[in-house]
Amino acid sequence: MSLTTETRAELEQIAARYPQKRSGLLPMLHLVQSVEGRVTPEGIETCAEILEISPAEVSGVATFYTMYKRKPVGDYHVGVCTNTLCAVMGGDEIFAKLKDHLDVGNDETTEEEPGKKSITLEHLECNAACDYAPVMMVNWEFMDNQTPDSAVKVVDDLRAGKEVTSTRGPRICSWREAERVLAGFPDDRVDEGPAAGEASLLGLRIAADRGWTAPSDNASGRTGTEPTTAEGAVEEADTARAETETKQQEAADE
Amino acid sequence: MSDVDTLTPVLTKDWGTDRSWTLPVYESRGGYASLKKALTMAQDDIIAAVKDSGLRGRGGAGFPTGMKWSFIPQDNPKPKYLVVNADESEPGTCKDTPLMMASPHVLVEGVIISSFAIRANTAFIYIRGEILHVIRRVQAAVAEAYAAGHLGTNIHGSGYDLDIVVHAGAGAYICGEETALLEGLEGRRGQPRLRPPFPAVAGLYASPTVINNVESIASVPSIIEHGAEWFASMGTEKSKGYGIFSLSGHVTRPGQYEAPLGITLRELIGLSGGMREGHQLKFWTPGGSSTPLLTDEHLDLPLDFEGMAGAGTMLGTRAIQLFDETTCVVRAVLRWTEFYKHESCGKCTPCREGTWWLVQTLAAIERGEGSEADLDLLLDQCENILGRSFCALGDGATSPISSSIQYFRDEYVAHLTHGGCPLDPAASTVWGSSLTRSGA
Repeated sequence: MSLTTETRAELEQIAARYPQKRSGLLPMLHLVQSVEGRVTPEGIETCAEILEISPAEVSGVATFYTMYKRKPVGDYHVGVCTNTLCAVMGGDEIFAKLKDHLDVGNDETTEEEPGKKSITLEHLECNAACDYAPVMMVNWEFMDNQTPDSAVKVVDDLRAGKEVTSTRGPRICSWREAERVLAGFPDDRVDEGPAAGEASLLGLRIAADRGWTAPSDNASGRTGTEPTTAEGAVEEADTARAETETKQQEAADE
Repeated sequence: MSDVDTLTPVLTKDWGTDRSWTLPVYESRGGYASLKKALTMAQDDIIAAVKDSGLRGRGGAGFPTGMKWSFIPQDNPKPKYLVVNADESEPGTCKDTPLMMASPHVLVEGVIISSFAIRANTAFIYIRGEILHVIRRVQAAVAEAYAAGHLGTNIHGSGYDLDIVVHAGAGAYICGEETALLEGLEGRRGQPRLRPPFPAVAGLYASPTVINNVESIASVPSIIEHGAEWFASMGTEKSKGYGIFSLSGHVTRPGQYEAPLGITLRELIGLSGGMREGHQLKFWTPGGSSTPLLTDEHLDLPLDFEGMAGAGTMLGTRAIQLFDETTCVVRAVLRWTEFYKHESCGKCTPCREGTWWLVQTLAAIERGEGSEADLDLLLDQCENILGRSFCALGDGATSPISSSIQYFRDEYVAHLTHGGCPLDPAASTVWGSSLTRSGA
């Protein structure tokens, strides 16, 4: 399969969003994946040509970031968080169950079967939804508060081609369509799903029940308690590293 | 300050409103009024207001935001840039993601005001690629803001021009480190740069660049609207204002709670309905896995920068992960250590090799192999990484290990005497012991 002139034009369009075109490389590789189903040698060559850098440089970038895949990805990418909190809350059991149920290992894709969609299964690091643990992602949409049984139902529905909706988002599109949005070409699903899930709203609900609000406009606290020098600020900040670096900078300035 | 309420929704206030992510709803609730006010102010007065408010960076380190802005050398002829760090990936951290999903416009408004203050005409929002719907919402908010004249050329007749580029990352925890993020944004492998020079002097494209966390930038419109004194009326002496506290794990109701800095964990656990029924708190992270663990001895400490530093840990991102007595601390720490090993960018030896050795040593202990001397070996490995690696990722990798050995040495030893983990992992799951592990 070769990249069409339309794809090439879109890749150039991405590069043109930035003051320096190389900045477009990450979204350009997302677009390559949306068209090719993975990062292909041809996609690498084309990005390199457009950005006027070597294919080795593009390849170096493509192998650094975990969302870029060198092997073909299935119709759906299913990720199970197995970082500590989700793992402890049940993510390990969910991941084990799905490996067994789909008969694949980590970062593997189900066998092609006529009439069935394919799934690539992977375990994930923290996906920023810890209050909904255990968390599963389908094509990078949230599937919150999963159990082994609910996860099996999701993958069975996906394989059967049934429509699946994120627990806190839209109807799930294909992995390739998702990659196109990541490349900066929006689809029409932005208004699907709620503003927030239940866990996100807990504090707000309690505040409403108890009549708690932020202070009124005339509230007044003591200002000017900030340190006045960079050295003072880094001493108070949570990083010994910045403190050392700031001292180096000041020594160099003198 | 005692008259300030326990919870103070500012950033979260619109999250329960229907279609809160859209421009009409945001504007109907007062949105973009701060922008119009800011455009009538002198740029240095905006910087002064943010400085006076006492706002400290919400991405972990707590550096004063206004001071960071004032480091931008305005006599430098190069373009200035604002880059928003929306690469939320620190284990336990889940505040910026719901913020951008429900209220992307408060971020966009903050970006415009902040860019105006530092005289930047291009701003970038670098969002981790793994949160697709959040990216959709931010893309749409930026498009709506252009259409309404909040972005583009000559914004509301002010003569000020600004473009925002929404940039999706591609999976790399290290890109949360500000200089690695800049590398990613320049289309390179996300490996951190040597500082100094700091990004304020030579950042994106070697130009003066401010990099701020989502929550820091989203706090700016409220400071402009209500004033620095209002912001400073919340929080503690040196940790001003409100922040989103994210509770996850073995509490009855995990979720987001926006409160003045200085609230205690005891108060937060109370609001979330207590630890899950029949269980007790064993250990917790105050601000993500890179902040040293605390225990039930620390329930009444103020959750502010100073309170956490006083307990030998850090406030970090207020990502409070709570674990009850069913959780094996060795298993938890091993999993975090595997994460740091996986995410180490490979640039420097102490982190690249050190995190590998930490996993080897810890995994053996978890299997019940080795001797108590291996705990000292682990601490020695930590000492050879902490402060000796290129960036804070290596430092962070040592936090859970050294703090857990400090508080739970006996549990490590129990693995050795027991020939493996003495706890049943099934008991710590959400569904507890009601399911057998036969499916696993």
